[in-house]
Amino acid sequence: MYCSCSDDKSLHNKSELFAFKKRTEGLPVIFRTGVLVACLVVGFPALAAAQDAETERAIEKYRQMMKEDPWSNPALLDADRGETLWKTPRGPNKVSLEQCDLGKGPGKVEGAFAELPRYFADAGRVMDLETRLLWCQETIQGFQHADLIKNPHPGGGQPVKDTGAMATWIASKSDGMTFAAKLDKPQEKEIVALGEALFNRRSGPFDFACTTCHAEAGKRIRLQPLAHLITKDGAKVMGEWPAYRVSSTHVMTMQHRLVDCYWQMRLPAPEMGSELTVALIAYLTKNAEGDPISAPGLKR
Amino acid sequence: MKTIAFAAAALLAVGISGAAAQQQSKSADKPVTVSAAKVDAVVKAGLPAFPAPPEEWQPRLIPDETMKICSATHNNPPKAQFEAIEKAEKAKIQYPADGNFMGDWKRGERIAQSGYGLRFTDYPARNPNGGNCYACHQLTAAEVSFGTIGPSLLGYGKLRDFKDSEVKAAYEKIYDSHASFPCSLMPRFGANKVLSMDQIKDLVALLMSRDSPVNK
Repeated sequence: MYCSCSDDKSLHNKSELFAFKKRTEGLPVIFRTGVLVACLVVGFPALAAAQDAETERAIEKYRQMMKEDPWSNPALLDADRGETLWKTPRGPNKVSLEQCDLGKGPGKVEGAFAELPRYFADAGRVMDLETRLLWCQETIQGFQHADLIKNPHPGGGQPVKDTGAMATWIASKSDGMTFAAKLDKPQEKEIVALGEALFNRRSGPFDFACTTCHAEAGKRIRLQPLAHLITKDGAKVMGEWPAYRVSSTHVMTMQHRLVDCYWQMRLPAPEMGSELTVALIAYLTKNAEGDPISAPGLKR
Repeated sequence: MKTIAFAAAALLAVGISGAAAQQQSKSADKPVTVSAAKVDAVVKAGLPAFPAPPEEWQPRLIPDETMKICSATHNNPPKAQFEAIEKAEKAKIQYPADGNFMGDWKRGERIAQSGYGLRFTDYPARNPNGGNCYACHQLTAAEVSFGTIGPSLLGYGKLRDFKDSEVKAAYEKIYDSHASFPCSLMPRFGANKVLSMDQIKDLVALLMSRDSPVNK
């Protein structure tokens, strides 16, 4: 499920490898080899240093190719599934989520993601999109919280879970907008400050904090460029989540992405919907204020 | 001259990256502060101990004194705290009884390549822990998949004339980077028991031995 080249995931079986090759057709062989080597067998000492720049260029070309045809994004299938889930009567109470208030009124989905996270008086806490979806499923449909947060994220090759599929659809309904969460209520200001403290907090056997990788521009882990998340420009990547990840062949949501970071930091996996996750997402969204949303994204 | 500059840059190794990372983020418009107790409680609630017994995982959630200072100062501690960290971390370094700091560079290369160990999917352990050096550093000309959070270490031993004093210094930096560069971004591989003394010696050999690919 995980590979040691940090931010990236390995390919899991032959069909995924085939799909990967299809996607990278037309790219220089060196690049295909390079990515596979970087991802699968960390440290296959094959390529010469002079080819480093060429590898970088090839990776950029790959990213452009993924973006050129927006309808090729498999995440759109999950968004469709999410829309159906939202509108279908489910749970012990056999009702749909169309009475769920994402902040702009019951059932109002258009542009809701662009204004999250926000404080919800009915819940008495600040929530990001996924945490709000958990809350709605519990309070409206009667699902059990413990069931919803047990194994809440997909493994390699599995489809994104129901909450993630709905989050993908709802985020896609803010596609083309900009991050505009106000985050000006006292509870919202407090959680942003909490998120900043967590972002800077170094602990664990590796002494890592989020800042270890994400507080400086132009750095990379292995060949993977790192987002400079403490600036508006660097936090632009926030607008690309939820995203379909080619290398793990499923949609990954922001709550899931944080789990990945904590795995790398040698800390326990954050609980979905916990105050810790909401605080980090609120802080990062604040940094991304005004940045464009292009969700769902498509990542390597 | 170029060589000297390069050597100086490499000599500062871990310290530079630590100091360069402290760009302040939106602190000017941040009127709200959160108490340390609140942050501790949120971490404890949000990171349930898993998968090993809590006694192994709980300590990971709480920063030690050095990490408290580094976190609070964005890795840029004022002079008094800088010196306090240097002193405290120096005291943590344990040295090989026979005074030999050099292991086997071939084993060191494998440790430098491996990022295995201590992640929540690594239990029960199937392999020795790695140092994951290439994640952040360039080390050999052959490996092009290297990160740039730390400085390039290509030619590390050669640039230091393979001096004995530099062999010892390399051991100390890997064992506990904060003893030389307080609030370095680099893990304290020895002091935090990520790598064994023998593994650290293998990494010292990778950096400092004449036949290592680092120095070719």
